[in-house]
Amino acid sequence: MAYSEKVIDHYENPRNVGKLDQEAGNVGTGMVGAPACGDVMRLQIQVNDDGVIEDARFKTYGCGSAIASSSLATEWMKGKTLDEAVTIKNTDIAEELALPPVKIHCSVLAEDAIKAAIDDYRAKHDDQEEQEGRQQPSQEESQEEE
Amino acid sequence: MKLPIYLDYSATTPVDPRVADKMIQCLSLEGNFGNPASRSHLFGWRAEEAVEDARRQVADLIHADPREIVWTSGATESDNLAIKGVARFYSKKGKHIITSKIEHKAVLDTCRQLEREGFEITYLEPGSDGLITPVMVEKALRDDTILVSLMHVNNEIGVINDIEAIGELTRARKIIFHVDAAQSVGKIPLNMETMKVDLLSISAHKLYGPKGIGALFVRRKPRIRLEAQMHGGGHERGMRSGTLATHQIVGMGEACRLAAEEMDAETVRLTALKERVLSQFSDLEEVHLNGSAEQRVPGILNISFAFVEGESLMMSLKDLAISSGSACTSASLEPSYVLRALGLSDELAHSSLRISLGRFTTEEEVDHAVKEIHVAVEKLRELSPLWDMFKDGVDLSKVEWVAH
Repeated sequence: MAYSEKVIDHYENPRNVGKLDQEAGNVGTGMVGAPACGDVMRLQIQVNDDGVIEDARFKTYGCGSAIASSSLATEWMKGKTLDEAVTIKNTDIAEELALPPVKIHCSVLAEDAIKAAIDDYRAKHDDQEEQEGRQQPSQEESQEEE
Repeated sequence: MKLPIYLDYSATTPVDPRVADKMIQCLSLEGNFGNPASRSHLFGWRAEEAVEDARRQVADLIHADPREIVWTSGATESDNLAIKGVARFYSKKGKHIITSKIEHKAVLDTCRQLEREGFEITYLEPGSDGLITPVMVEKALRDDTILVSLMHVNNEIGVINDIEAIGELTRARKIIFHVDAAQSVGKIPLNMETMKVDLLSISAHKLYGPKGIGALFVRRKPRIRLEAQMHGGGHERGMRSGTLATHQIVGMGEACRLAAEEMDAETVRLTALKERVLSQFSDLEEVHLNGSAEQRVPGILNISFAFVEGESLMMSLKDLAISSGSACTSASLEPSYVLRALGLSDELAHSSLRISLGRFTTEEEVDHAVKEIHVAVEKLRELSPLWDMFKDGVDLSKVEWVAH
């Protein structure tokens, strides 16, 4: 299959690869997909006090289009507020990367990952505000929420 | 070294130049272009002679009688003719057929068609080594079983079924035994005098002959009857009509002659190349060879690189022409049905590459290939959340995934 130049660029030079501390209060983690389907995305955001995403990181197991979709998602999220980031649509990702129809699900997965990361951050944040001083949810619990 | 490197010999092989030379002599006005069925002039006689020489060359390779060779367009047609031909001819005797889950689609789809026509098919499940054992076959045999159809060498993983032992079982019960030998003819010895195989599918383009030609071995003693699937001029003793393609047939004959001549030396050479590949992967973690390690042909290596997805891996392997067990390239998202039938976990099935070596593969080529795969696997593992989790000691089978 022929990949678009943008997919190849993101695949060869993926932006923002890495891992943030999942336990940290200012980090939201979204993990979507399943090995059975051939793709798993982990997308993480670090949010500052003004509600702006100051860092975003990803790791993806999947085809070139899945890697490119998540790489692009991190690029677009950085510098946006949570409310802005949550409006990123899979169709925008698919269009930017010129994904063929069989690869649209990669962009859907990226949108799911964005939403999951934001939801995770908001869940943690609400917890912190409402229940000051209480323990953070353990790693296992937070994974279940994803 | 020419790039890209071709390592997909089990998909198809290039025509050997010695074969191409013979074929070219059967095309134009100056050559042997006649219709082998023309009985009234020299052109027809010469073409018929060339066809019969080739028939003998094919028969010699599998130790059969030339009269047992029926020309077809390839192994897919041979499989169709064998399975439908037997089923329809012997349907009064019984309507039960045994095959396996990891057959080629030419066999599986033919069996599906027969199911629609009222036949009952048992699909045997292979062991985790990819093998169908005689015991598995014996357990599935019934009084109304008319046909067992199994492949000799699996095209995706390269394992060799013990067709000699299975043939003993079927012959003792007068059940017809068909073997799809597309991947084994010319690679490992086949002997129709000693093996109790009744029908054997052969393809030319898997053994350095041209595409579009194949053969079906149809045993004479005991005599196997088939209902023809292609009707016309009554060629090939009525089993397969259609003007014989002299140049294709001559090419297949020459390819079989060369394979017989070079098989022993080639097996030694390919075994050394296979060992070379495997030993160079030994320093990489979580690399799994799929299918039996012992009962296999040297030319086909199906390897899973855990936590790396096959299609993205191939995207990095720009210099290599290989195939992947991940079907992410198709719309189905299903990984290879063969690897699944082996009981491989989904992530391993999605993480596999099939490397197939052949007559023109060199040491320099495999060294380059292994090096490129090494770099790509390491790069993609750095990108893989599954690799992270594995390194953190997370049991991936216990994680609740959010499938989509």
